[in-house]
Amino acid sequence: MLSDIVETTPIDANGVRLETLPAFGRLNFRGRGAAVSAMGEAFGLALPQEACRAAISGSRAALWLGPDEWLLLLMLPSDTDAVIAAAATSLAGQPHSLVDISERQYALGLSGRQAATVLAGGNPLDFDLRAFPVGMCTRTVMGKAELAIWRTEPDRFHIEVWRSFAPYIRGFLREHMREFGA
Amino acid sequence: MLIIPCPHCGPRPELEFRYGGQAHIARPVDPSPLTDQEWASFLYSRDNERGIHAERWRHIHGCARFFNVVRDTTTDQILASYKTGEARPEGV
Repeated sequence: MLSDIVETTPIDANGVRLETLPAFGRLNFRGRGAAVSAMGEAFGLALPQEACRAAISGSRAALWLGPDEWLLLLMLPSDTDAVIAAAATSLAGQPHSLVDISERQYALGLSGRQAATVLAGGNPLDFDLRAFPVGMCTRTVMGKAELAIWRTEPDRFHIEVWRSFAPYIRGFLREHMREFGA
Repeated sequence: MLIIPCPHCGPRPELEFRYGGQAHIARPVDPSPLTDQEWASFLYSRDNERGIHAERWRHIHGCARFFNVVRDTTTDQILASYKTGEARPEGV
């Protein structure tokens, strides 16, 4: 259980809430050219070509992480094996890498009108909506740990955290939420 | 903090990057006929430029790709940023 490894209780403050999101299926895909569209067919969602942008369709999302690298999120983790099987068919003979990383990381949700301010406490990116619009996603750092941040709504962020970094990042965000009464 | 323009992600803070040394140093295709001096030169000799310098950077905490930057080592001003495999832009 995730709760055996990391603390999962939500943290509430004035205008911001940090919570642990439900389990996702996660695939890391790397490939180029025709392999990218073939992966999109197997996943049921065209992988975004624009840098640092995410695409959503139904219960699935594809996050651009690099020019040949995507994080595929499945809100129904039980679908993961079916996607891998579909990819094995549609990508047959094409050089690519598809790795199941469902258990490598977990997701935090940071929401509320002060969410961007809390993130800015440990990261120098500009979280203004003009610079970091809804649908933007990127790997970056929080304090000393790497994470991926995806803005799903103006006041809501989906944060992908490696498990071993989770206590650090949770603590780091909690520290900055103290400003708002956490 | 330096703002480094990644050719894939755009301008990003320095702490997302790692320095990768001088750019455009090609490994000899066939090392065996080289003299020790030539091989040592490939391994160890670098320009140590005071001024305009082409160097590799890796956007490790971003898109994770290597790319090249032309930087003035005295002012830290970045004059150009381009993808790995591309030629150094003319004029910088």
